[in-house]
Amino acid sequence: MALTLQLQAFGIAKDILANRKMSYTLHHGTTIGDLKASLMEAYPQFEGLQSLSFAVDETYQQDDFSLTDGAEVVIIPPVSGG
Amino acid sequence: MECQIEIKIVETPIDIHAIDAFTRHPNCGGVSLFIGNVRNVTAGKPVQHLEFEAYTSMAVKELQKIADFIVMAWSPKRIIIHHRIGILDIGETAVAIGVACPHRKNAIAACSYAIDTLKQTVPIWKKEVFDDGEVWVAAHP
Repeated sequence: MALTLQLQAFGIAKDILANRKMSYTLHHGTTIGDLKASLMEAYPQFEGLQSLSFAVDETYQQDDFSLTDGAEVVIIPPVSGG
Repeated sequence: MECQIEIKIVETPIDIHAIDAFTRHPNCGGVSLFIGNVRNVTAGKPVQHLEFEAYTSMAVKELQKIADFIVMAWSPKRIIIHHRIGILDIGETAVAIGVACPHRKNAIAACSYAIDTLKQTVPIWKKEVFDDGEVWVAAHP
């Protein structure tokens, strides 16, 4: 069963997706790690980044974090504040 | 042991005098301030201006975690962190951090920890705009 996720992207991730917010269908798997793999396949530019992190509920989540249908996931490319 | 904390992501210029005023405490002889300003050159290339964006709600949470650790580790009385977002010109202040402690060593260590950790964990992004293009800082290896 595919999951429909609501993605939000910042920094270079927003440029790669050409969108701040978008719906994204995850066909295989249900974890952050599965989402990361799917995004890297769909948007190969993600592979060139120094790192790629994800947040749910304003908290960093690891690859094994389980997503549910309709989840809001924020894509966090390498941060560079300060 | 009470420590007052002020954390803000702002779109207007940072007022350094307000940072100074907030960190004054009768019990604190040592205040460490870090001020990060926009530099005019990166790797020899002239920078026109910077653009910062933040995932503001999470950035505030991550900054609060930094403050919580400082409270635990260095017993401060005041912690203030202001980070600006939007378009910043050369010389403008992007971030200001102040930590007040009874003695200087703790204040300096805490302030150093705050800026180092901010750069690693807080979801804020900086784009350098040059005459001939733009680059998201630290995005690529």
